[in-house]
Amino acid sequence: MDTAISVSGVHKRFGRTHALDGLDLSVATGEVHGFLGPNGAGKSTTIRVLLGLLRADSGTATLLGGDPWRDATTLHRRLAYVSGDVTLWPGLSGGEIIDLLGRLRGGLNKKRRDELVERFELDPRKKARTYSKGNRQKVGLIAALASDVELLLLDEPTSGLDPLMEAIFQDCIKEESQSGRTVLLSSHILAEVESLCDRVSIIRNGKTVETGTLSELRHLTRTSIAAELASAPTGLESLSGVHDLAVDGNNVKFEVDTHELDAALKAVTSFGVRSLTSQPPTLEELFLRHYEDELNGGRTA
Amino acid sequence: MTALAGTGSLIRLALRRDRWLLPIWLLLFIVIVQSSASAWGALYDTPEERASIIGQIGTNPTFKALYGVNYGDSADALFAWRYGATIGVFVALMSLLIVTRHTRAEEESGRLELVSAGVVGRLAPLTSSLIVVYGANIVLAAAVTGILTGAGFEGAGSLAFGLGLALSGILFATIAGLTSQVTESARFANALAGIVLGATYLLRALGDTSEGVGWLSWFSPTGWSARLKPFAGEQWWVAGLFLGVTLVFGVVAYVLNLRRDFGAGLVAPKPGPARASASLSTPLALAWRLQRGLLYGWIAGFVFLGAIFGGVANGINDIFGSNPEMEEVIRKLGQGTLVEVYMDLVMGMVALIASVYSIQAALRLRSEETGLLAEPVLATAVGRVKWAVSHLVFAVLGPALLLLVGGTVMGLIYGLAIDDVSGQVGTSVRSSLVQLPAVWVLTGFALLLFGFLPRLIAAAWAALVVFVLLGQLGPILELSQGAMDVSPFTHIPRTGGEAFTATPLIWLVGISVVLCAAGLYGFRRRDLATAG
Repeated sequence: MDTAISVSGVHKRFGRTHALDGLDLSVATGEVHGFLGPNGAGKSTTIRVLLGLLRADSGTATLLGGDPWRDATTLHRRLAYVSGDVTLWPGLSGGEIIDLLGRLRGGLNKKRRDELVERFELDPRKKARTYSKGNRQKVGLIAALASDVELLLLDEPTSGLDPLMEAIFQDCIKEESQSGRTVLLSSHILAEVESLCDRVSIIRNGKTVETGTLSELRHLTRTSIAAELASAPTGLESLSGVHDLAVDGNNVKFEVDTHELDAALKAVTSFGVRSLTSQPPTLEELFLRHYEDELNGGRTA
Repeated sequence: MTALAGTGSLIRLALRRDRWLLPIWLLLFIVIVQSSASAWGALYDTPEERASIIGQIGTNPTFKALYGVNYGDSADALFAWRYGATIGVFVALMSLLIVTRHTRAEEESGRLELVSAGVVGRLAPLTSSLIVVYGANIVLAAAVTGILTGAGFEGAGSLAFGLGLALSGILFATIAGLTSQVTESARFANALAGIVLGATYLLRALGDTSEGVGWLSWFSPTGWSARLKPFAGEQWWVAGLFLGVTLVFGVVAYVLNLRRDFGAGLVAPKPGPARASASLSTPLALAWRLQRGLLYGWIAGFVFLGAIFGGVANGINDIFGSNPEMEEVIRKLGQGTLVEVYMDLVMGMVALIASVYSIQAALRLRSEETGLLAEPVLATAVGRVKWAVSHLVFAVLGPALLLLVGGTVMGLIYGLAIDDVSGQVGTSVRSSLVQLPAVWVLTGFALLLFGFLPRLIAAAWAALVVFVLLGQLGPILELSQGAMDVSPFTHIPRTGGEAFTATPLIWLVGISVVLCAAGLYGFRRRDLATAG
């Protein structure tokens, strides 16, 4: 099986809200796939469709070779899920909940469980009612990571974790990935995505707007150039891929589509370069470009 | 005083959140007082009828335990005796629930933290919720006084009766204000205040029934309302006792509130086990953990109910046999000897009470779902039907257990009184268990709603209320059989007469099975609630 998750053209309406509007998503077996998009884009809805908690109105979704709605129970033995706001039974202790959820999934690795409790510094004796947000997330994460499953569905799993725990989480996911597990990770923490994910999908308004490796995505955005030249430049505005050009005497500033960078630099150097700074596109810029621009509704890269 | 800043805004918030709850509670009490007051005069209008009931109160300790001691022999005074203690308990219950709802429950949920970060003083949440509940009780006192005076009751006594209800409410609101400071969980705060209410009721029952320890009643606020002596030479100074004790509890609550940290209580919660026991590995084991507290409470309640009704059974011929109007009302409800009619009648009521538990247990499915606690379970290898059935077990077998317990205790108590334990336990258990199929129809209806119209699941309560009204008022109002047939409880055969037939029971069980199966089918096909 090459594809762990395959979703195509899935629609889901809640009354008048069109939560998923023909969403496509493909996650290869063994990869860590980042799942990004602004709040309300449909990330959690997608994951709940994949869990068989919601039924897609139309389109097809395949999970580990099965139908997420029809084969929910058998598929759930092979996956673990952590939501962005882990809810726990207030009267049960954290340790009880970890064990219970693991057993309901079909068993959990006791050694790994104890190791994770220690690594995440969780006090498993406390009643769930007294856990902070971060500690509730830890309970959900330990319950999921201590299971021997093929697929992890993680919906903003680190919300509320402190930076130390965030680092431990990243280590855990890297280990999971090395042992061949597939991970679908929805997240707003770009550093987390950058360090963990092989590929990412960006969705907005229930549609996939971009899919690819991070370096592929970087190519779709712009580099900013600022240069001091020997003579005043001319003709730069006619170059393709140049945006926001500002010429002030011998100084020039502009942004250029990354695939036109070569031609633009050649043109600039022809005026004699005294100094030059070039800023590669940051991930933030990349995502902001996709998250923003509600008016156009389409891709703006 | 800055600690009180924001009290006004919080009062408005509480009134907005309770804009339905509070009027419904008040209306309920007003309707009960209104309807019982208008019926009362006709039941006990002759001195002979009154003498008979007073004789009963003197000889049957169950009456004193349940309703207290009577002061005065007028019909008005007997009304105050019959309804003062029972309505008072429910007014106290309403008051304590509402106070906890606006104090500890808000704090526990984390919402109050957001509110407290605004210009809201430390004491504002407690103060505002007390003001709201005190106000509601004052409105109730005024309404009750007005209703009773309007129904021809004496003015001063009506005021004393209304005041007795309101002061119970105000005192227990304050006690809840105190328990809310003590515990970290709202459920525990309610339980503590409820235990105080129950304990003081028992204390009064003990004092009222035993000559030697009569003074015990003076330690119980539930006895004070009666000792205001409405319609029997009012003892107004007892109101001062209420206010004094309220003040003491209030001061303690305020001092604790000022001293403690936000979110903390006085009693730190005990840590739990670091690992789950081996048995906690199935959905049913989880459901047991979540449902057992409720079930234990209900079992205790049914032991109490069985004891009360069993105790009253012994005096039933004497009480109603001498009151032709009451006997006529009872006769309309069934056949057989008066005690047999009484047993069937009481079991019909007990079964309705067991339905409350059954619906509560079934509704846990919905509250787990909307609390997003079903999601983590259903994301494991547990199928939807298996999960739903794990809670349904309690809704189905729970009422069976409750009716068995209630019937056994009732038969035991009545059997002991007439020296026929073995015979009476059998009859009484039979007449309680025969009610089960009707309870299950309601369980099935709740599950059907859960499967197909989960947002309207509260309609299960509405169905119960309709059945209660049909059962209680139908025969008296002489409704048509077609209307009466709507309620499954109408179809329960009388066990007392000779014409017992099992056919309707089979039908009712069949209907419940179909409803449950349909509900499970609907739940398998629908989306899970996703909003928290």
